Amino acid sequence: MSPELAQLFRYFIIFIILLSITGIYCILATFNLIRALIGLEILIKAVTLLIILAGYISGRSALAQSIVITLIVVEIVFMAVACGVVLWAFRHNRTIDPRKLSNLKG
Amino acid sequence: MTVRLIRSIVGLALTSVALSALMYRLGSPLAAVFELSVCAGLMSVIFITTVSFTARVSKERLSVRRRERFMKFWYLPFLVIASGLLLSRYLRIPQFKIPAPSGAQDVRNVLWNLRHVDLFGQIVMLLAGAFGVVVLFKEPKE
Repeated sequence: MSPELAQLFRYFIIFIILLSITGIYCILATFNLIRALIGLEILIKAVTLLIILAGYISGRSALAQSIVITLIVVEIVFMAVACGVVLWAFRHNRTIDPRKLSNLKG
Repeated sequence: MTVRLIRSIVGLALTSVALSALMYRLGSPLAAVFELSVCAGLMSVIFITTVSFTARVSKERLSVRRRERFMKFWYLPFLVIASGLLLSRYLRIPQFKIPAPSGAQDVRNVLWNLRHVDLFGQIVMLLAGAFGVVVLFKEPKE
């Protein structure tokens, strides 16, 4: 790897790790299911950027792009269903606080 | 609460826009367009629709929640800042050898010839998502 690419990789990897920590913080610190989904979305964005960066550095941008397109499709389906589950939980419990959703507790 | 949630959603959309600019700079224009249209646009619409269907939290409960969160996770912002500083100071990149790029450099070729099973997977995922949403919003029979 050339020194320029290594430097670029270093900057991006710091950004990716900070993005991941932000997503994990968002999931851990909130008591709102929608905000937890936003945190998950930030984590997915970190992974997306990592895949694109790996494709750029290894010279396989096309492969990375095709994987990212699949990832985006999976992400949007997952988020739509997750938002549906949140609305379902709100409709049945009148709250989206995960501490109060104890219907499935045995 | 709703205003703060909307602010979070706008922040997420702006992150998506920044990410698509980075993707474009890293030589992935098609993925950047997908990220911009789907993640910044459609995802924000889904989140805002979800927020509009939920109820507003009262100010008293909001302040209690904020206090609880602060008491429980006061160390997390410091952890984020400290990890950022440590990473920028001590991160060393291993000098690994990169394999030679493959012949397929066109994303259309890769998607249709090399990764065509992914396309079937995407179709199945979309159908599963559509059926999942239909089942979740089904009205109970009388």
